[in-house]
Amino acid sequence: MKGSIIIVGFFILGIIAGRLGWLSIDAAGFDISFTALALLMLCVGIGVGSDLGALRNLRTLDSRLLLLPLVTIFGTLAGCAVLGFFMPWRTIPETLAVGSGFGYYSLSSIFITQYKGPELGTVALLANISREIITLLGAPLLLKLSGPLAPISSGGATSMDTTLPIISNVSGKEFVILSIYHGFTVDFSVPFLVTFFCSL
Amino acid sequence: MAAGIGLGWLLRGKKLPFLGKITNFLIWVLLFLLGVEVGGDERIVNGIATLGVEALVVATAGVAGSCLLAWGLWRWARSRKEAAQR
Repeated sequence: MKGSIIIVGFFILGIIAGRLGWLSIDAAGFDISFTALALLMLCVGIGVGSDLGALRNLRTLDSRLLLLPLVTIFGTLAGCAVLGFFMPWRTIPETLAVGSGFGYYSLSSIFITQYKGPELGTVALLANISREIITLLGAPLLLKLSGPLAPISSGGATSMDTTLPIISNVSGKEFVILSIYHGFTVDFSVPFLVTFFCSL
Repeated sequence: MAAGIGLGWLLRGKKLPFLGKITNFLIWVLLFLLGVEVGGDERIVNGIATLGVEALVVATAGVAGSCLLAWGLWRWARSRKEAAQR
């Protein structure tokens, strides 16, 4: 939670700086953000590569539950596609790109800004922060409505870190490994799905 | 990113305490720059409330869709388990 506040803080600081005209992105900013993005991808990749070993505990899980990341991805995309029909000012690939952040707001909004501009990037940032907050606050309700997998699914990519404690409390400790595996897999899909939908 | 995964695989097992810090720092820089871009764009600043509502709706649709399917998966997994116990 603290991490999210810092991140939103930087975003707001940026808005203020841009608003007051201290900085202009057109002067030199585009290359800076592209370089930073490439470096970020390198770091994310290193993190993924060095964490692969953590997934070895998975054999203890019910094999059907291993489908949960796919379920989350398809469910989210289906929900966003349906919604896309009711939002004539956005194309369906755009809502899908926002949805396929799965709560991973930092990375998805950065990508979408790069490909689709700051307006959709802002929507992506807010939508994916909302997803995390919905999960943090709504986990008990989700459990009641649709079972112990729902808070994990709702958490999306965050089910391995920020929303893990609440999932462990609400769904139960026996779901922690599943939740980490789920977060890891969904997280891994974010860069690919977001860039894919942005390119449509 | 592929280069990073390869590098990470080579470095696996080693502790990389600085990696998280660099990643966080880059995320801060990029979101700060996104903020600068948003702040400099009159249209977005004026529409931030609408964009916020839109974001909330997209998030809710995503959560609803994934939870519906997760419910189905849970029922399926449980029914097979119960059948196996019988």
